[in-house]
Amino acid sequence: MSKSNFDSKVIKKGFPLLERSVNGSPIVYLDSAATSQKPIEVIERMNDYYKEINANVHRGAYHIAELATAEVEETRQKLHRFINSSSTKEIIFTKNATEAINLVAYSWGRSELNEGDVILLSSLEHHSNIVPWQQLSSERNIEIRWIPITHDGRLDLENIDELLKGVKLLCVTSVSNALGTINPVKELIEAAHKVGALCLVDACQSAPHFETDVTDLDADFIAFSGHKMCGPTGIGVLWGRLEILENMPPFLGGGEMILNVTSDGFTPNELPWKFEAGTPPIAEIIGLGVAISYLEKIGMGAIREHEQKLTSYALQMLNDRFGNDLVIHGPESSLERSGVLSLSYRDVHPHDLSQVLDQHGVCVRAGHHCCKPLMKLMGLPATARASLYIYNDESDIDVLADAINEAGKIFA
Amino acid sequence: MTGLEDLYKEVILDHYRSPRNKGELPTPPAIMEEGFNPLCGDDVKVYVLLEGKVIKEIRIGGQGCSISQASASMMTESVIGKTLDEAKGVFERFKEMMSIHENDLNSEENSSDGAPSSLGDLEALKGVVKYPVRIKCATLGWNTFDQILSSVEN
Repeated sequence: MSKSNFDSKVIKKGFPLLERSVNGSPIVYLDSAATSQKPIEVIERMNDYYKEINANVHRGAYHIAELATAEVEETRQKLHRFINSSSTKEIIFTKNATEAINLVAYSWGRSELNEGDVILLSSLEHHSNIVPWQQLSSERNIEIRWIPITHDGRLDLENIDELLKGVKLLCVTSVSNALGTINPVKELIEAAHKVGALCLVDACQSAPHFETDVTDLDADFIAFSGHKMCGPTGIGVLWGRLEILENMPPFLGGGEMILNVTSDGFTPNELPWKFEAGTPPIAEIIGLGVAISYLEKIGMGAIREHEQKLTSYALQMLNDRFGNDLVIHGPESSLERSGVLSLSYRDVHPHDLSQVLDQHGVCVRAGHHCCKPLMKLMGLPATARASLYIYNDESDIDVLADAINEAGKIFA
Repeated sequence: MTGLEDLYKEVILDHYRSPRNKGELPTPPAIMEEGFNPLCGDDVKVYVLLEGKVIKEIRIGGQGCSISQASASMMTESVIGKTLDEAKGVFERFKEMMSIHENDLNSEENSSDGAPSSLGDLEALKGVVKYPVRIKCATLGWNTFDQILSSVEN
C-alpha cells in the first residue's frame, strides 16, 4: 500500500475489535497511546503458532522447534531492518519497554555509574523512564537533573549545555505520551555525545507512528514496546549499540543467557541471547514480526502523514467547536506533535469526561498518564487523552466532539 | 438520554457543584490524613477536629472527579457531630453498600431490602457500583477518613 492510497477505512476493516459496539454505539477507539488494536494477521499468526509449531526455541533439534526458532529470529531480522540497526545482535527481546529500560539501569547503570555521577532526564518522561533511575540514584547517590519545559509542553533547551555538564546518561522520550510533543532527539543525542554522555531514547510513542533510524539518530539505547505498534502485549525491544552491549554484564540470569555453567560459575552467552534469560515469549515475538511487516506494508511515512493530517483536523475542528471551553495541551502545531490530544474541558473532571465518552462508545484515557512530574509542572491534576492511529479517521473525531458536548450538558 | 442516570444522580451533582465542608483545618489541633487514587491521580485530604470523642468539625481538601468529591462531601454531612464509634458505623455501612451491590449487581432491582438502610442521601452513590473503576473514587475520602479513625483508636 503506497501513501497515495492510504485509506483508514480499509485499514479499519482489518481490525476485528473495531467492529464491536460499546454501550450500544459503535466503538471509537482513541487510546492507541496506551495500546493499539491488533490486525487480524497478527491474531491469526499467533494462533497458528500454537496450533502448528509450538516448541521451545534454540533447544530442540527437531522440525517444529527449528521452525519456531526460525520465526523468532526472523522477527529479530525484521526489527533490525525496521530501525536500521547495524546488527541483529543489537536487538534484544524484553517483555516490554519498561523492562528494556530497567535492563539498561541494572546492567549498564550499575556497572558504569557511581556516586556523584549525573543522569539528565527530560521533564516529559513516562514513569518507566524515571523510576528505574530514581532507584539507581538512591542506591548509588547519583544526581538526577531535569530538562525543564515551556508553557506549551516542549522541552526548554535554552540551557542544555549547562544542564549537560558532568552528565553520564541522558534519558529522553522521542514523543511525550501525555502531550504528544515530538522531541528533537537527534540534536539532543548530538549534544549528549559532545560531553561524553550516552543517550537512552524511549521510543514507545514514535516507533508505531513514524520512522525510527537508530543509525541516523546515532543513539546508544532505544526502548519500545510491541503492543503499541499492532503487536501483542508481553513483548518489548531494547536496541543498544553493539560495543556498549558487549561490555555490559548480563541482567537476568538463567537458561538461554549462558554458554556454559559449572558448579563454580557461568560463561555468558553471546549477544543478543546474553540478555534473554529463560524461555522467551515466542508467540508474542512472532506476532510482533507480523505487526512489523504489516506497518512496513503501509509505510511509516504514510502513517505519519495520515496522523498529522488527522491531528490538524482535530486541533482545528475542536477549537472551532469549543473555543476556550476546551484546552488541548501541548504544542500548537501538528508538525511538532504526534496524534496525542490531551484535553481539559471546562471544569469537567477528566474521569467524568471519559465516563460520558464511554457511554457513547468513545475510549479515551483519563488521568496523569504515568507522568506525574510532568503533570505537576503543567499544573494539571489529570487530563483526558485521545490518541490516534492508522485506523482512525475524521468521523472518530466528530463522534468525540459530540460526546464532549454531551458531557457538557450533564455537568452544565 | 445518556444512560448515566444511575451514576450522575442530581444529589451527587449537587454535592459536586457545591461541596459541603470544603477546605482545611489547622493541624494540630485537627488531624489530617491524605489519600491518593494512583489510577487517576485524584487526591483527598481529610481534616477532623475532635472534641472528646465527638467529630466537631470536618473538612475536605484536594481534588478529584465528581464521584470522589461528592462522596467525600456527603460523608462530611453524615459524620459531623457523631461520636467516633457512630462514625465508624456509618463508614462500615457505606463500605458494605459498595460491596453488597458489587456481588449482587444483576439482582439489584429486587434486592433493596438487602441494602443497608439509614444511609439517607448516601444511597445515591449505590449506582457507582455498576461502574467498578469508579468505586475507588467513591471510597477514596472514606478510606482516608477511616485512617483517621484508626489512628485515634490507637
